[in-house]
Amino acid sequence: MELLRLATAGSVDDGKSTLIGRLLYDSKSIFEDQLESIEATSEQRGSETVDLALLTDGLRAEREQGITIDVAYRYFATPKRKFIIADTPGHTQYTRNMVTGASTANLAIILIDARKGLLEQSRRHAFIASLLRIPHLVIAVNKMDLVDYDRDRFEEIRDEFTEFASKLDVADLTFIPMSALNGDNVVDRSMNMEWYEGSTLLHHLEQVHIASDRNLVDVRFPVQYVIRPQSAEHPDYRGYAGQVAGGVMRPGDEVQVLPSGFTSTITSIDTATGPIEEAAAGMSVTIRLADEIDISRGDMICRPNNAPEVSQDIDAMICWMADQGELRPGQKLAIKHTTRWARAMVKDVQYRLDINSLSRDEETQTIGLNEIARITMRTTQPLFADPYTRNRTTGSFILVDEATNVTVAAGMVLDR
Amino acid sequence: MTEQMSHVQALESEAIHIMREVAAECERPCLLFSGGKDSIVMLHLAIKAFAPAPVPFPIMHVDTGHNFEEVIEYRDRRVAETGVRLIVASVQDAIDQGKVVEETGPRASRNRLQTTALLDGIEEHRFDAVFGGARRDEEKARAKERVFSFRDDFGQWDPKAQRPELWNLYNPRVKAGEHMRVFPISNWTELDIWHYIRDENIDIPMVYYAHKRMVFERDGMWLGVTPFMTLMEGEVPEERLVRFRTIGDATCTGAVDSAATTIEQVIEEVGATRITERGATRADDRTAEAAMEDRKKEGYF
Ligand SMILES: Nc1nc2c(ncn2[C@@H]2O[C@H](COP(=O)(O)OP(=O)(O)OP(=O)(O)O)[C@@H](O)[C@H]2O)c(=O)[nH]1
Ligand SMILES: [Mg+2]
Repeated sequence: MELLRLATAGSVDDGKSTLIGRLLYDSKSIFEDQLESIEATSEQRGSETVDLALLTDGLRAEREQGITIDVAYRYFATPKRKFIIADTPGHTQYTRNMVTGASTANLAIILIDARKGLLEQSRRHAFIASLLRIPHLVIAVNKMDLVDYDRDRFEEIRDEFTEFASKLDVADLTFIPMSALNGDNVVDRSMNMEWYEGSTLLHHLEQVHIASDRNLVDVRFPVQYVIRPQSAEHPDYRGYAGQVAGGVMRPGDEVQVLPSGFTSTITSIDTATGPIEEAAAGMSVTIRLADEIDISRGDMICRPNNAPEVSQDIDAMICWMADQGELRPGQKLAIKHTTRWARAMVKDVQYRLDINSLSRDEETQTIGLNEIARITMRTTQPLFADPYTRNRTTGSFILVDEATNVTVAAGMVLDR
Repeated sequence: MTEQMSHVQALESEAIHIMREVAAECERPCLLFSGGKDSIVMLHLAIKAFAPAPVPFPIMHVDTGHNFEEVIEYRDRRVAETGVRLIVASVQDAIDQGKVVEETGPRASRNRLQTTALLDGIEEHRFDAVFGGARRDEEKARAKERVFSFRDDFGQWDPKAQRPELWNLYNPRVKAGEHMRVFPISNWTELDIWHYIRDENIDIPMVYYAHKRMVFERDGMWLGVTPFMTLMEGEVPEERLVRFRTIGDATCTGAVDSAATTIEQVIEEVGATRITERGATRADDRTAEAAMEDRKKEGYF
């Protein structure tokens, strides 16, 4: 069965957690004891109906405040697909947790409250989803029950979003009117919106084409770990373990190793259960080469005629996530890119992005919590990077505060 | 055309990637091993991740002393077969040394005392990364936890201040005295575990299959009759055909009625069940709404 990773997004109280609860409930993926437990909690608080958001809002503080603070992961399967759901928070303060949940998603559901329309936070999340290059977006126009299931209102929001999205880079966009609270168009077709002819949410999730989302063209293999048993049984075994970040590798392929530039040939692609004929993006394998060359963690195996850029100068978009302290030119941070750590110095803040207008503020030189900016950096060691638009693995990095060890930014490499 | 990985292959690949990251970046990792199905799968994944070299870290069993005999036999057999180094962090030792005080009464359990033994073990061996077999589908607080989950120098988890975790770029950096809990099978469900055990033909303790056992009913669960437990008034032992869905401390892990004697039958049963594994079998989660969250904050698994 295929795996689809999805994340919710959108402004506070637009109904993200309720939608996930509804999706699980109507697809019969909730267990009796879970249901009993949220029924009891709902009743204790004097609510007449069961609050399905409690299925994902599992922390004490979340239940006390009725909001989502951090991502919750839930799992369900239908006969067609297996799903990993990340339910993310809508509060601006917790944007970094939304980015955490969305960074691995193949699909994002952006909720919009039909009464409120597109808010700043809806735009921010839609922008982040496009920045993260989540290939499929679903715009769930929610709470249709509160606007009398009005078709005009739905179309108004659809048109407004389409206009906004034309400035973003979104490959696949789908609009669904729904009521998460009552279950309209979540798993079952709505009886209240006969005018809507598209799929229900679940049907869409089962059908959306995800097979072509991987990059199977450019071979990229960041070396993660060198396996050298040096045992009596395997005295000379030397394998390079890692997860294929792009392309398809086969025994016999000629490869180049960065940074040394040496070339060699793949003699074997090993797994614990024996050698395999090919390894494609996403697979964890161990590669052996014909020649004894010096290769260690952080090196990159690619093809001689198709290599990532080797550079110490990085041009990138970043989301800044530090509670304390702003990003500014001259700052030094640790950077992790694929399997390689280095130090980076911020050379320049080129602009800060205004989320509402998508305009560039070129005056600001400091970037605060949850802001998005374009920066340039110089690293202590060369990185082997592709533009994020070409490869989500070799185009992404994190920045880490060297004093606190906290992850303070998500970065996406730009084409130069 | 290159095929899409199946979802179990994708989960395996993710788990192996996580284990290799830890082995490469952390100085002193260790893998928690209880002899339960999740830690058995974890050890299997560790062996696959580093083959043909041996697993480059020890395993640690936090031993409450209240064990199922079959599970300890299984543990020792696996250790002998794999050659992996076993460390035992003993709750009994902690009691004997006066570090913790044992609960009394018929509902006494050593479950909570495990946290002390675990944290002492981590401190004694100066582990900076500790693999756990927790899964996010098990419980609502676990559903919130990162794959690389930071613990301060008291071993505490702060659910309101978790580090961002982006793509598969993990940040395992800690200072002396702090450590990471790492959960490679975060994204697996109970059913995924069983499918994997079947597909990989992994040996598991017999208590996971239906067997006859002397049990008594408490709080709607079948608890095994063991020397560590005192029956309360009205509790009458009887022999039933049962199996375990989880294995923990014998005093708080319940069995379920079952006739499943093969892996296929277990999978069928798990696929059809309407109750979560912890809801069905773990007394430790029933005490309060946020029982797991509170224990995790203190440093529990
Ligand atoms: N009438 C109506 N109310 C809804 C609908 N969906 C959600 N709600 C209500 O909106 C409120 C907020 O719902 P949540 O699901 O907690 O919202 P959220 O988007 O997860 O909020 P955060 O995670 O804190 O950003 C709750 O009171 C829900 O019952 C809907 O379709 N119709
Ligand atoms: Mg929510």
